[in-house]
Amino acid sequence: MNNDKLVIGGHEFDSRFILGSGKYSMKLIEAAIRDAGAQIITLSVRRTNTQEKENILDYIPEGVTLLPNTSGARTAEEAVRIARLARALGCGDFVKIEIMRDTKYLLPDNQETIRATKILANEGFVVMPYMYPDLNAARDLVNAGAATIMPLASPIGSNKGLATKDFIQILIDEIDLPIIVDAGIGKPSQACEAMEMGAAAIMANTALATAGDLPMMASAFRQAIEAGRKAYLAGLGRVLTRGASASDPLTGFLRD
Amino acid sequence: MVMINGTSMDAAGRSVSEYLRTTACNPQRIVIEYNGQILPKESYDSTILADDDHVEIISFMGGG
Repeated sequence: MNNDKLVIGGHEFDSRFILGSGKYSMKLIEAAIRDAGAQIITLSVRRTNTQEKENILDYIPEGVTLLPNTSGARTAEEAVRIARLARALGCGDFVKIEIMRDTKYLLPDNQETIRATKILANEGFVVMPYMYPDLNAARDLVNAGAATIMPLASPIGSNKGLATKDFIQILIDEIDLPIIVDAGIGKPSQACEAMEMGAAAIMANTALATAGDLPMMASAFRQAIEAGRKAYLAGLGRVLTRGASASDPLTGFLRD
Repeated sequence: MVMINGTSMDAAGRSVSEYLRTTACNPQRIVIEYNGQILPKESYDSTILADDDHVEIISFMGGG
């Protein structure tokens, strides 16, 4: 397990829990990162409030990798603009592409995401595209230079869990990049299940932000993700299609 | 008038650095898009805001 690293664009991580920073107080971020054991945290890029002195970067410990997203983008061009602004903020080359035209379900536009991935990968970004789990689109993202694939489990912020489970499994089986399940994971058991399936990592935000005790939930997710990863590496036991298989010696009690 | 973060501001004639000193912004925590182009920090002193300029002052916020 000690050598079990998550590798993204040549960077190695021990943690397989990518933490979101939205919808909760900046003051909770440090505790959330600590209890999640997270080494990557997502951020959005927005107009600044020029009267506000506080900045979220003041609350993120040094050494944590920043993963800016392109939320708010409706086209590849807008995503590219946001990614360039994020890099100009001087915090590395990672970018999570999020492109949505749909405002009701917040579903990603795979075609625009492929276009943005190609442009940004050519500019040297470590591109982590958020996508609807479609095998053909995932293959196009690989060819466009993506560093990972981030399929959604269910709509953003819904906490509905692995609604797309079968299609995420296809990506895990067929795509030779880390598959990071993003969006919709609502509870630790769902994160654990995705990891048992062979997902490389889990990204969660709303499940924590809407929990009763955020740092405690961060810790619960960490344990679930670690358990799921161990189970995957151990190899799950088989499932019988019918009948039973005794776990005890096949003799009667006190009889041959 | 200069359009700064979508609001019309009376900032023409000032440098970007001078304008920033009237705000709470930490220049190390922001990036500025000046008329559609990212403005390098070393140009903040020499860039003088003019009428009809469009300025976006951008920073990181919480997000998923």
